[in-house]
Amino acid sequence: MEPVEYLKAFLVGGSICAAVQILMDRTKLMPGRIMVMLVITGSVLGFLGIYEPFAKWAGAGATVPLLGFGNTLWKGVRDAVDEEGALGIFKGGLTAGSAGIAAALLFGYLASLIFRPKMKD
Amino acid sequence: MEVRKDQYNAYVTAVTPVHSVAKNTMYAFLSGGIVCTLGEFVMEYLKGRGAEEQAAGVWTLLLLIFVSVVLTGLNIFQKIARVCGAGVLVPITGFANSVASPALEYKAEGQVFGIGCRIFAIAGPVILYGTLASGALGTLYWLGTVMGL
Amino acid sequence: MQAGKSSVQFDKPPIVTAAASIVGEKEGKGPIGNCFDQIEPDPMFGKKSWEEAESELQRRTAEVCLSKAGLTPEDIRYLFAGDLLGQIVATSFGVGSLEIPMFGLYGACSTMGESMVLGSMTVGAGYADRIMAMASSHFASAERQFRFPLAYGNQRPLSSTWTVTGCGSVIIEKADGYSMENGNMPLAKITGITCGKVVDMQFRDSMNMGAAMAMAAVDTILQNFRDFAVVPGCYDKIITGDLGLTGRKILCDFTEQAGYDLKGIHMDCGLRIFDCENQDTHSGGSGCGCSAATLCGYILPRLQSREWKKVLFVPTGALLSPVSFNEGRSVPGIAHAVVLESI
Repeated sequence: MEPVEYLKAFLVGGSICAAVQILMDRTKLMPGRIMVMLVITGSVLGFLGIYEPFAKWAGAGATVPLLGFGNTLWKGVRDAVDEEGALGIFKGGLTAGSAGIAAALLFGYLASLIFRPKMKD
Repeated sequence: MEVRKDQYNAYVTAVTPVHSVAKNTMYAFLSGGIVCTLGEFVMEYLKGRGAEEQAAGVWTLLLLIFVSVVLTGLNIFQKIARVCGAGVLVPITGFANSVASPALEYKAEGQVFGIGCRIFAIAGPVILYGTLASGALGTLYWLGTVMGL
Repeated sequence: MQAGKSSVQFDKPPIVTAAASIVGEKEGKGPIGNCFDQIEPDPMFGKKSWEEAESELQRRTAEVCLSKAGLTPEDIRYLFAGDLLGQIVATSFGVGSLEIPMFGLYGACSTMGESMVLGSMTVGAGYADRIMAMASSHFASAERQFRFPLAYGNQRPLSSTWTVTGCGSVIIEKADGYSMENGNMPLAKITGITCGKVVDMQFRDSMNMGAAMAMAAVDTILQNFRDFAVVPGCYDKIITGDLGLTGRKILCDFTEQAGYDLKGIHMDCGLRIFDCENQDTHSGGSGCGCSAATLCGYILPRLQSREWKKVLFVPTGALLSPVSFNEGRSVPGIAHAVVLESI
């Protein structure tokens, strides 16, 4: 594997995060709103046919940020619509996103069994 | 009070100190870059071991989620996030933290009404609006296929 | 007797005879850490939840205060107490075991002012010989109610304040018949109070509480000057609760516009209790416990030793709830002033 792939992931992922940081600092938007905006933006960019080629090029730099999650949801819907028609609108998104959601839920729940909340300092 | 209320907000903005945007942005850039590079590294490793592209991508996300949740439980993620901000919030790591942190916090209120109801307190909107957006766009796409575009 | 529009001047000033303060570890490491009666290293106070921890904090502070005064709960006629949590549960569950008739108060972070105002009025009017006033806050219980789960990785803007884990409790009683034998020197007397009103500047940033409360402090302080016909020079210190760096700047700017220079005599409990730069608290400390613990540990001893002769104690509160904030309402402020004089 070429080092340039890592460089691309670093630069692209870093740039997305930096752009969002500027948005956060400038607008005082709460993190919850930011995450929602990222996912919707990812879906829209996917729909417009932009995110897929971008992710092919940038690799993890594009798939690891939440934008990639939005794109995954959209891609799931699109593929499912291709296969099953209108039913795919309902099945595709959560099917494609299921691994990420289930992992966060499962690990999060297990963590609640193991760890206690701690004070910030 | 003599001050006009609509002028007060502008006045407050002027006297309130803010973080250096340049510094915050740099930390976000570096840390976000590192997280994604780690992701790329795991993905390449798995592909090298014969995993399919898509499966390697999903495993990478799972690993990042797992690590974030553990770091959240150990009270380390919060310290990283305080410095790195969007650098760890924007990647899937932020999503994982936003699920794990209410799970930990609301345990005291019980399994159902504590953890159960609140685990999506922060991440729930992401799933709702992600589903809504992809569903709406999917409807457009489906209409397109029906009309033979 | 009534003074001016919203103040009371006591004919027979009630006296503060005992004070106790307990704080958390971070506060204990702060610049005035050695002033407090107890520093509790366990943020859970040996309990299972943050809310229980804050209740335990209140119960313990009340007991320390009673034991310092050599009193039992039966000696206290009324308790005026409050905290920041919804339905002030930290107070209700904390002080129940004392079985003192209680008024539960909510004045956001101004609660210590509110409880002392009402307590001293009750004593001054002769409806009670001796009361206790108390207020607490806990970083973790406040954070999870008003902001995020503790484990959530948010960034705090520089204007944000750090909720103090702490509690302060005072005993206020009538001066007549108080025995100064055995060297029981009272800490201070309360010669007057000014009750503040809700001041809404249509300000909406919940991460900038100092700016939300500063105008309420300005309003109450200026009202105090008018009602008692005094000037800032009459006070050794004018002490606000938790305005922080941003709020202090606003307070000084607007009182200056009104013709008073407070820069030299203004002190803010939130700026005193933490070292903002080295303790990463940004704008300063906040919460009911901030002004309450600073009063009991730092301010009252200085009045007792006559280092200060007369101070105006003005705890400030931001009146928001998570629901009002989500519904897009503004963050109004309130401030109550207590005139404290050395004996």
